[in-house]
Amino acid sequence: MNRAKVVVLALVALLALVLQVSILPHVAVAGVVANLVLVVVVVAGLNLSASQTLVFGFAAGLLLDLAPPADHAAGRWALALTVVAWVVARARPEVRPSAGWVVALVAACSFVGCSVYALSGLLIGDPVGSVGDVLGVIALAVLLDLVATPFVVPGVQWLLRRMDRRAGREAARA
Amino acid sequence: MALGPVTSRERRWRNEGGPGAPSRPSRSLVIALALAAVTLITLDSATQESPIDPVRRAVGEVLAPAQDVAATLARPVEAVPEWFRTRDELSERVTELEADNAALRELAVTMDADRARLETFDALTSGAQELGSALVPARVIGVGPGQGFDHTVTIDAGSAAGVGPDMTVVANDGLVGRVVRVTTNSATVLLITDPASVVGGRLGTSMELGFVHGSGAIGSEGALDLRLVDTRHVPARDEVVVTWGSQSGPYEPGVPVGRVSEVYSSLRDTSQRAVVVPFVDFTSLDVVGVMVPSGTRSDRAVVEADGSLR
Repeated sequence: MNRAKVVVLALVALLALVLQVSILPHVAVAGVVANLVLVVVVVAGLNLSASQTLVFGFAAGLLLDLAPPADHAAGRWALALTVVAWVVARARPEVRPSAGWVVALVAACSFVGCSVYALSGLLIGDPVGSVGDVLGVIALAVLLDLVATPFVVPGVQWLLRRMDRRAGREAARA
Repeated sequence: MALGPVTSRERRWRNEGGPGAPSRPSRSLVIALALAAVTLITLDSATQESPIDPVRRAVGEVLAPAQDVAATLARPVEAVPEWFRTRDELSERVTELEADNAALRELAVTMDADRARLETFDALTSGAQELGSALVPARVIGVGPGQGFDHTVTIDAGSAAGVGPDMTVVANDGLVGRVVRVTTNSATVLLITDPASVVGGRLGTSMELGFVHGSGAIGSEGALDLRLVDTRHVPARDEVVVTWGSQSGPYEPGVPVGRVSEVYSSLRDTSQRAVVVPFVDFTSLDVVGVMVPSGTRSDRAVVEADGSLR
């Protein structure tokens, strides 16, 4: 049953990637768009076990690195989203989190993810611009991820909860 | 009774989370994945012929059709705001466009002269070479996000359309960038505004050579920097910059890039730095053309150098 969740989340991540690259640029703010894949990784972290979350984050990041039109060194988003997955897995509470808590988590993850990505670029000498520019872009990215959160998180959570209920019913019948 | 809701919430969480509800991430897995990412980064950035490229191509083959579909679906929606324009707004827009049109006509006249001079110059230096190349039309189907810090787009023409790496990509107004890699039905284009992009440029009137660097800034303000080879030459305001490239190199010669808006000279760099405003509006890039050698086989109609369709 958990495996089915991973498959569904992977499909959602693929869909998020296509939306992010092909449709969101029409509503981009100064070229920056919401990182839907990052938000999906946060949702995955709320539903999967810790080790599944980590692998999911790594794989989603790799997808961002390899899908056209990406042209940076492959592995940079993979590293950033692995760190994000680790943060989610560490921060996940014992009880069901409130909406405000999820929004705060997305903001924190977005900041961490974008920063790790920018820093990895600095380390290998990829041009990323001045520190002021980078901070501006990161702030904008966090803001846009927060805007995207209410459109992504409730829908995916609802989908996963429905899968749970169906699995529960089938288990009861058997 | 007061404890009731709390316990039921906890139970609900456990039901949802399934067997693997909150557990601490194992340290070895975190380290393994981070190391894998670092290895990938090193492999991809340190080697010239990256082993990642075939994987990139494979992912592109799968995802480009999906991007194409999504972009096609988005196009009609993009036009929705147009329906709510008032008549006054539209007539205002017409006046604005008429003024723009007049300015552009004037530009076209002067550009022709510049271009003619450049062609004679080229003819003198490199012998009688054919400047004529054909254009493969394509549409932008994917845009790299701003927080990725690189300026790249996907277009819907690939190797099946006769497009290959290092080909020049232009729009109606001027130079867009060059193709970095292709799949069967898509290609990744590095825009000239990318911080890693360098284009050989030539000033239209004075024929001075220089290099046009992308600054990574988004929007047309300060998007390009021109550094001249001759450190003493000061470019004139509004002077047109065209590409200087070669037939074999990534950029075809004589493609308009932009116009000089400001000039800075720095004592430390001992060179002139001119800010160039590109002719192409990179925030609303849609239809572009890829310059291919005349007579290339393609899966779509190709615009030949004389303007005919083939």
